Amino acid sequence: MNITLNGAPRTVADGASITALVSEVTGRALAADGQATDGQRLGVAVAHNSEVVPRSQWHGTALADGDDVELVTAVQGG
Amino acid sequence: MTESTTLTPAAPSRPDSLVIDGVALESRLIMGTGGAPSLDGLGAALVASGTSLTTVAMRRYSPAESGSLFQLLVDHGIRVLPNTAGCFTARDAVLTAELAREALETDWVKLEVIADEHTLLPDAVELVDATEQLVNRGFKVFAYTNDDPVLALRLENLGATAVMPLGSPIGTGLGILNPHNIELIVSRANVPVVLDAGIGTASDAALAMELGCDAVLLATAVTRAQNPARMGEAFKHAVIAGRLAKEAGRIPRREHALASSAMEGRAEFL
Repeated sequence: MNITLNGAPRTVADGASITALVSEVTGRALAADGQATDGQRLGVAVAHNSEVVPRSQWHGTALADGDDVELVTAVQGG
Repeated sequence: MTESTTLTPAAPSRPDSLVIDGVALESRLIMGTGGAPSLDGLGAALVASGTSLTTVAMRRYSPAESGSLFQLLVDHGIRVLPNTAGCFTARDAVLTAELAREALETDWVKLEVIADEHTLLPDAVELVDATEQLVNRGFKVFAYTNDDPVLALRLENLGATAVMPLGSPIGTGLGILNPHNIELIVSRANVPVVLDAGIGTASDAALAMELGCDAVLLATAVTRAQNPARMGEAFKHAVIAGRLAKEAGRIPRREHALASSAMEGRAEFL
């Protein structure tokens, strides 16, 4: 199925969770609680159709065709 | 090395932490990160500045980006203050703050709601709205505001954790254009006042502290200096010097000269 990630089209597996998407994009393995399994802080957040999804809910949130996802992190600025 | 004498490092002579939301910040210099050409250079400048708190923007994650700013701050033991830079509306600022809280695991936020890209001045109406919403959602709001004593008090009354009046517009390096207003804001505030934006060089930061500000926040003055690390160090000392001068109490300004040497006992020449 197709979603929009950070403004660009992206294909993900049917019914993929936010955890799966974040893990795929960041290249980090994630536990069910949304924390990185390497022990380092992940430092990213997700808005799903303009609603912020706490990382504890990533695992239980399935993406649907046409969804809009913003994945953000800290960068230089301000 | 002989075993008889071991020099112990001198204890900090006078701890003068800035306490915000129960957290003691050792340095009264809050750093921004915008404008640095490289992450390595930025790290060196931050370390040289001695900062304990540094603000970062939130943007779309890019796998191509090398290195993590967040990890850099974590590695240097610098607390992170996410900001809402680039937000023009209360709605965007609130969403950005929510994302920052999730990503960086802090409820501190530097609230920046600007009116337009030309002036980068805060939009007072949206700022007040966003402050109210964020305070209600449990955020500790560091409100970037105009040098307006009335607005600063409004933000404090809405529950802002700190008010951050600008010295002059972001990135201009024009220094503090209205010192009188900054003094007025300080004299009426019951929350920390942080001079934010417009700082050009070390003396501007010293002046901010002399006016009674609790801290200074700056980015461009360091990140775009010819030698960012050296400028970071200059600001470290400037903030300390200004704070000491404020506490020491300056002499009053006078119209006429006042001799510091006694006239009595002078030699007389015939």
